[in-house]
Amino acid sequence: MNIKTTLIRFQSIIALLVLCIVLSFMSDKFLTPENGWNIMRQISVNVCISIGMTLVILTRGIDLSVGSILALSGAVAAGLLKYGIDVPSLNLFIGFTVFGAILGGLFVGGGLGVFNGWMITKFKVPPFVATLAMLTIARGATMLWTGGFPITGLGAHFAFIGTGWFLGIPMPVWITAILVVIAVIVTNKTKFGRYIYAIGGNESAARLSGLPINKIKIWVYTIAGILAAVGGIILTSRLDSAQPNAGFSYELDSIAAVVIGGTSLSGGRGSILGTVQGALIIGVLNSGLVLLNVSPFWQQIIKGFVILLAVILDRINHPNEE
Amino acid sequence: MEEDNIILQAVNITKKFAGVTALDNVSINVHKGKVNVIVGENGAGKSTLMKILSGVYPEYDGTLLLQGEPVNFSNPKDAMSKGIAIIHQELNLIPYLSISANIFLGREIVDPLGLLDFKKMNAITKRLLERVECNVPATTLVSSLRVGQQQQVEIAKALLEDAKVVIMDEPTSAITDAEVEVLFRIIASLKKQQVSIVYISHKLDELFLIADRFVGLRDGKMVGTIENAEQGTKDDLIRLMVGRDITNLYIKDTLPLGDEIFKVENVSLPKPSNASQFLVNNVSFSLRKGEVLGVFGLMGAGRTELLETLFGLHSERMSGSIFIDGRKVDIRSVKDAVANGMGLVPEDRKKDGLVLSMPIYKNVSMASLDQVIDNGFLNNRAENGLAKQYIADLKIKTPSQNERSKNLSGGNQQKVVLSKWLATTPKILFLDEPTRGIDVNAKNEIYHWINTLAKRGLGVLVVSSELPEIMAICDRIIVMGKSRITGEFTKNEATEDIIMNAAIL
Repeated sequence: MNIKTTLIRFQSIIALLVLCIVLSFMSDKFLTPENGWNIMRQISVNVCISIGMTLVILTRGIDLSVGSILALSGAVAAGLLKYGIDVPSLNLFIGFTVFGAILGGLFVGGGLGVFNGWMITKFKVPPFVATLAMLTIARGATMLWTGGFPITGLGAHFAFIGTGWFLGIPMPVWITAILVVIAVIVTNKTKFGRYIYAIGGNESAARLSGLPINKIKIWVYTIAGILAAVGGIILTSRLDSAQPNAGFSYELDSIAAVVIGGTSLSGGRGSILGTVQGALIIGVLNSGLVLLNVSPFWQQIIKGFVILLAVILDRINHPNEE
Repeated sequence: MEEDNIILQAVNITKKFAGVTALDNVSINVHKGKVNVIVGENGAGKSTLMKILSGVYPEYDGTLLLQGEPVNFSNPKDAMSKGIAIIHQELNLIPYLSISANIFLGREIVDPLGLLDFKKMNAITKRLLERVECNVPATTLVSSLRVGQQQQVEIAKALLEDAKVVIMDEPTSAITDAEVEVLFRIIASLKKQQVSIVYISHKLDELFLIADRFVGLRDGKMVGTIENAEQGTKDDLIRLMVGRDITNLYIKDTLPLGDEIFKVENVSLPKPSNASQFLVNNVSFSLRKGEVLGVFGLMGAGRTELLETLFGLHSERMSGSIFIDGRKVDIRSVKDAVANGMGLVPEDRKKDGLVLSMPIYKNVSMASLDQVIDNGFLNNRAENGLAKQYIADLKIKTPSQNERSKNLSGGNQQKVVLSKWLATTPKILFLDEPTRGIDVNAKNEIYHWINTLAKRGLGVLVVSSELPEIMAICDRIIVMGKSRITGEFTKNEATEDIIMNAAIL
């Protein structure tokens, strides 16, 4: 029993280790510091988004809009930084510092998250539909804001966020790691975190215990929006360019990370650290397949089967859940 | 000759769940063309036995004999094809399909082209519906039927397969009196057609109206039968069920009552769909410290809706006033209710009471997390300590406070819900059917706790549909009927007759 439960408990880590060992035998470029940082830097955006996605899914919701919110927030930050707000007819011009532009991007992400939460709690729009609508709304807004062209040339200060190093560790990894630590503490050690699990576990019991269901849900979608914006700013900074089609289908990678990490789509069960492991598995797999020169088409197929495998294992471990 | 009368036999059936024996060497006979009533307390093993008879549980020790031949049902469909149908307490119809589609689900009639033959299916459905006195077209959507009509559809579904044995699990628990009459007429006509009925119910009075014979189960064992139902008395039946006199079960001290702690004036709740019809109609009452006030009423009388309204769940539609300690309070949400010292142990503890996937300690602290928080962070030791205290106080049977709530028995789950509210140190506690589905010992412990809470000066409101229970544990009883209060009696005035008369008014 003990060996079995231990195996089940650490199945993601074990899978990750096995994957790393196998890949390091198959390619001598895999187990190098450069490749390690590379993987970490690449998954940092997905981890940012997936923290928010985990919270949303723990409440038995879903957020399909994170990819589009990422694009819009990144574009807004880039646009504010490069062009400011310029309304000649009113003789108005507001310039933005790097800090101000970032705040603007985060504000947009948070605002769209609030809107999602508001639709879901106030008008009882199912999360799938509300965030699907936001997916196209935010993407359309990104096109409007950028006119369909990338915003580039954002300067060295802004680029530091995505490409800089601090104490020998890439900045995106710092940002993501700090967010992960905060999220782990919040989910395990605070009232807010406990309420998220309670709402996902049994919303009706949570309501009858006097929990502020709507408030918690609005916050969760808001946080998901803000974290998507963080991802958008990191991505924009790393590429030195806000692409109108940035973050396309990122919501699916994010859901994949959450699911591989063992969080139940029926809510109430899962963890931030699980999601980080899920994102690592996807990142390591991507990197390994690239190093092994596997065609991108096959990469997608393999990723699909990994998701299925993860969920099948989860089913076996939790047979009695809906 | 004896053998010919028996359609279905269960011989030495034993069934265990994870080491717990649900049925212990049980043998029963189902007599042909008779209403065979299985009586027993909750947890006696009735449902398990029915699930074995109807193929829901294909694995067990022992033998089933159908007309003398050994049978083994691999699933409910298999049992049905061999003539055993079960009507579950919770009906299993698909709401957005028609009656006809539901009845023929899995057995659709197709024409030579492989397309559904609606005409034929509807015609057969129509005849079946006539047999069960259900006067609606075969094409009606099930979602638009009342519960009683849905039950008739379930029976019609059983008749389609020429069921020889129809098992009914608490068929009258959710239907109106008029529908009960229809149901009993259907049962009588089934009997004439030599269909055998296995019937489970807790409503003793109705059992005498339809039973031909009684079989008693207790703690997973067959404890006896009353072969000729007419000769049995209510006392015989109770003895068969519990093996002791039910009057010994209850304890309630008569306590001096304190000041008025809770008062309700002219509380009404209109239906969401129609503001001129009421779920709760102009209800007023008061509750004193140390008092246990019972609310009795039949299904649909508005008792649960009353509790929900008082607890802030329908604040946008309700009208009327609520006073706590003589002060008018504005309760706009459950949060306000809790902040004002109210607690509600809901009727359905699995659906509304517990987060089943969470360990006991998280459920206990759920409504009062503030007391286990230090500087914004949950204090694990304080939280565990809180749970340990209630596990000891309420004698919750569990390996530890870390056990998941779903692994507990019904009685222990109920105690966890009670703990959750006790942890909020409420002034007023609402208990909605607090002993439904739990065993006798746990029941007694809950009664004991209600008594203890009253002694501590809480005002306790108990909603119950079990008359003996409400008469034994309450100081005063209000009766609801058709959304209104139709009677109020002190403990000394209350008899089963006058309460029931007020309830059916």
